Formats: sequence, structure tokens, C-alpha cells
Amino acid sequence: MSPSDRPLTAMIDASAAPPDCTAYEKAGGWQATRKALKTCTPDDIIEIVTQSKLRGRGGAGFGTGQKWSFVPKKPASEQRKYLIANADEMEPGTFKDRLLLEGNPLQLIEGMLLAAYAIQASHGIVFLRGEYHLARRRLEQAIEDARHNGWLGENILGAGFSFDIHMHAGAGRYICGEETALLTALEGRRATPRSKPPFPQTGGLWGAPSVVNNVETLCNLPHIVTNGARWFLSLGTGADGGTKLYGVSGRVRRPGAWELPIGTPMREIIENHAAGMQPGYTLRAFLPGGASTAFLDATALDVAMDYSSVEKAGSRLGTGLAIILDDRTCPVGMLHNLEHFFAQESCGWCTPCRDGLPWVARLLAAIEDGTGESDDIEQLRRHTKMLGTPGRTFCAHAPGAMAPLASGLKLFRDDFAAHITGHGCPMRHAA
Amino acid sequence: MSTADHPLPDDLQAEILALARAEPHPRSACVAALQRVQSRYRWISTHHLRDVARLLDMSPDDLDGIATCFNLLFRKPVGRHVILLCDSISCWIMGRDHLCDHLCRTLAIRPGETTEDGAITLLPTVCLGHCDHAPAMLVDDTLCGDVDLPMLARLTDTLTEEPPP
Repeated sequence: MSPSDRPLTAMIDASAAPPDCTAYEKAGGWQATRKALKTCTPDDIIEIVTQSKLRGRGGAGFGTGQKWSFVPKKPASEQRKYLIANADEMEPGTFKDRLLLEGNPLQLIEGMLLAAYAIQASHGIVFLRGEYHLARRRLEQAIEDARHNGWLGENILGAGFSFDIHMHAGAGRYICGEETALLTALEGRRATPRSKPPFPQTGGLWGAPSVVNNVETLCNLPHIVTNGARWFLSLGTGADGGTKLYGVSGRVRRPGAWELPIGTPMREIIENHAAGMQPGYTLRAFLPGGASTAFLDATALDVAMDYSSVEKAGSRLGTGLAIILDDRTCPVGMLHNLEHFFAQESCGWCTPCRDGLPWVARLLAAIEDGTGESDDIEQLRRHTKMLGTPGRTFCAHAPGAMAPLASGLKLFRDDFAAHITGHGCPMRHAA
Repeated sequence: MSTADHPLPDDLQAEILALARAEPHPRSACVAALQRVQSRYRWISTHHLRDVARLLDMSPDDLDGIATCFNLLFRKPVGRHVILLCDSISCWIMGRDHLCDHLCRTLAIRPGETTEDGAITLLPTVCLGHCDHAPAMLVDDTLCGDVDLPMLARLTDTLTEEPPP
């Protein structure tokens, strides 16, 4: 069977139930596990994944092989370690992990098994957001199915490696997607991030070495282990390897998510896959990868959507799911919605974030409602400096919140001015 | 099921103790334990919160700090059905404010409130990961996309006509 060039979604049929263990195996599943457990050392797996240049698909883009390499090398039998799937997908505008969780949960389970073998972890946890009810039912069923067929549990394939997965359903907090806050939440505490070091790889859950990987990252592993690093690299169009789940929401004709070669430009994604803008709407700008990425305007539509190219253009690839700002939606209103979200989801641990984000949201509300003054724009700009510089807040939440605002203040300068001079939103008045 | 502040029944206490035993430390089970209480009583009363705290060897205030940290744990009574209407960016662009205003008028409540007959609580929620079908909402455990006024009318009719248990 020749490997698919859309490996992550090859077995997904949105109109049908996900494959069970038998169907999964028939379509090529579990091959990677056989290969890894029978013929590879844990270090071999780390090496293949490092060579594949797989980067974390949760938003930060850290090298997966490199992330694993910091874990102490002791075998699973000698040291308790954790492999955690971050399925707390809560970045506004992002709906890719749900597709993978609902469409092929066994692919995630196999990915977790391979990652666990590489770092020699015997304990697996899926941190799933509480709102994903269907994903939960399907994942629980898949875990049972995998256990029943010997793919989870003691001495898998008789190779002397044991691994099992426990499910944790979150109770709704954006900050749990931040890996150290996720660990704190798993320990039964308020979800506040931790200072690093120690990094989770050496001192994570209950102080044990732990790796937290995103769902999409983990789902890539069976394919990389089966088909090799060179094959994976060949799927991308630029420096990065593999495919990426891209998506578009907003006023396009056919919003959705599609698995495409990493590095596909936004123009191609919008025109060929999302079928272009809806009649009567023009694209004005877009957030390339979720709420915490900086706005790019139409001049960036031909930028390759890979990590370094998007960064060079002034934003981040983030989750890879874009939100489109059209010409009939108010950019100030959009920024107010975004900053209200970030203010509400601040965990409250550090003062600049806890007090600064609500201030930003209130300033934007005032400008949108017509009571803003010209000094408010300078105040917003100051906040983007005070909260946007990494290191001034405890974690990356506030810098993420400032990314759309800092870029928006530049791109939509005239809109801000029109709100101040016209005492309100010109678009609301027009409507 | 009444939401009276009686002690947690034995079977629920046993379930919570079993959850705690499966974890390296009992407090790890606190969110799962509160979710169990809520799935039976629809919300977590202070009385029940104290029971759970005792079972997990935590102080009630410590546990309340966690309960109030999370959006999906309800520390106030809610209706027989909970509508979580997404208020994040893609749904906002696609007109969720208009839907929210309409729901509030129809149900004579504001976001965060419960209808007089106790049938429906309306809550705003963060992105539900259904942005390709924005505006989206979660009605109890069911995800609904491409929400429009006719869909809301059918929904509110069905939910309010249902006889109370």
C-alpha cells in the first residue's frame, strides 16, 4: 500500500463512525507500533522524529524530537513518566483537533503509544476539553477497543513495554492549553501556569518527567515511523515537513478544515478550498492561526503558511486555522471581542495580565461605543508594549492577546480614528 | 431530582472515593468528582461541595477555588436545559449577538439567567471548535451549528413545552 499524501485524514469519513481496531489495522494502522516495538530502540524513534522536522502543531511550533530529547533516558520500568495528549483545543477559530479526535481516535492512541515508547513513559493521559462530548465518547470507546485487542496494557506485542491511557475531561478554561497550567489542573489545582525551569520533561506531573504534545502532532507519529523521515519531509512545500490541517472561518463560501502540504499559501486555501469570499464581502485582513496571532492583510495572501515564512511576514502560524476579517465587519469590534475573551480567560495569577487585559477590553468597548478619546489609542499602544513583551507576564497568555491588538492598531489606524472623531462605530451607524 | 442540600448519597460517595483511589493523590480527582455531582444535581451546592472536599481530604475553600475557576462547573442552580451560546470571534463575525438578543427577548432573560419556569439557562461560552458552522451552540451535550432564528424558535418551543420531571 503506497502511503497517502494526506496521512492524517486518509481514514476519516465525516459521515461514518471512526474505524475500529480491525478496520484501522486493515487500512495500515498499528504497522508503526509493530515496527517500533519489535525493531527500534526508543532513541531510534526520537531520531526519526527529529529528522522528520516535525514541529508542535498546537501553536508554538517547537521541534517534537527536540522536546522529547530532554526527558531522562531511564526505562519506563525504572521511573514513572507521563505522556500527555493536549486535546484542550480552545483557541478561538480552531477546530482541527476535534476533527482528528472524532474522525480517527485510534490514530491518536497509536501516536501516544509511539511517543510514550520514545520517552519510555508508562502512563498516558488525554486532557480533553469538557465541551467535546462526541470526541469523548468515541475516544473512550477507542481506548477500550485498543485495550481489548492488546494495543494498550501490559507487555504490548510481547515486547516488554507497558502503556495505558487515562482520560481527563476538562471543565472549561482556555489557560489549560498552556502545558504547565494543564499539569497544574491535572494535579487538582486552579489552572495557573508554572515557572520554568523545571521544564515538564524533567519535573512535570507530580514532579515526574512529562511530555505534553498536541493531538495533531501525535497523530503524525504513526505515519512518520512507518514511512520514514524523508517521506514526511517530502510532503511539505518548504523548510517544514509534513502536512498541516488548515482551516478558514468567517465570511467565506465554504468554511472548513483541510489537510494540505505545510507551506500552502493562504490565497490557495481560501480560493481553492474555502471557495472564496461570500458574494458582497471582500477580505480585509486575517488572523492566520487563531485569536492569539497577529493580523496580516491581503498583501500576505501569497506567503507560504509555514512557521518561518509567517513569522517573517509579522505573525505566527499558530494553529493554522485562519479567521477572516471582511470589509463589512468592524475591526475595532473584532478586537474588542478578542480582548474580551483574553481578559475573561486570564487565570489571574500575575497582575499585569489580570488587570491589564480587562483595561484593554474596556478601552476597546468605549471606543466602539463612541465614548473613546484619542488618548485611549496611545493607552492601548502602551499596553501592547507592557503586556506584549515576553517576560513581563508570567506566561504567554498576555503576549498572545497583544498580538492581534498591536498589529490591528497599525493596520486599522483609520478605523480607530473614525470611531473617536465620529463618536462611535461607523459601520454600526451605516447598518 | 431535587437540588436540596442533603448529604451526598452513598453510591455517589463511593464513586468519588473510587475516583480518588485511582489517582496518585486524591485531589487529582476533584474536577471529575464535581462533574459527577453536577451530572446528578445539575449544579454544585455548597453543602455538596463540602461533602466532596471531605472525601478528597481538601478544605472546602480550596475546592471552591477550583470549582469557581472553571466555566463548566456551576455553583448556582441552572435550568433543566443549558444553552451555551458561543461568543468567540468566528461566531461573533457570523452574527451571534443578534441570536443572543433574540433568545433573550423570547425567553425574557439575560445571559447568565434561567427562565421563570426553570426550563432553560442561557450562558455565553468560549469557542466551541465548530467555527466552520458558526454561529454555534451547545444545548446540554449536543453541538449545534449554523444556528439561525428558525432553529432557535424550534429549540425553545421543544425545551419549554417539555413537562418538568
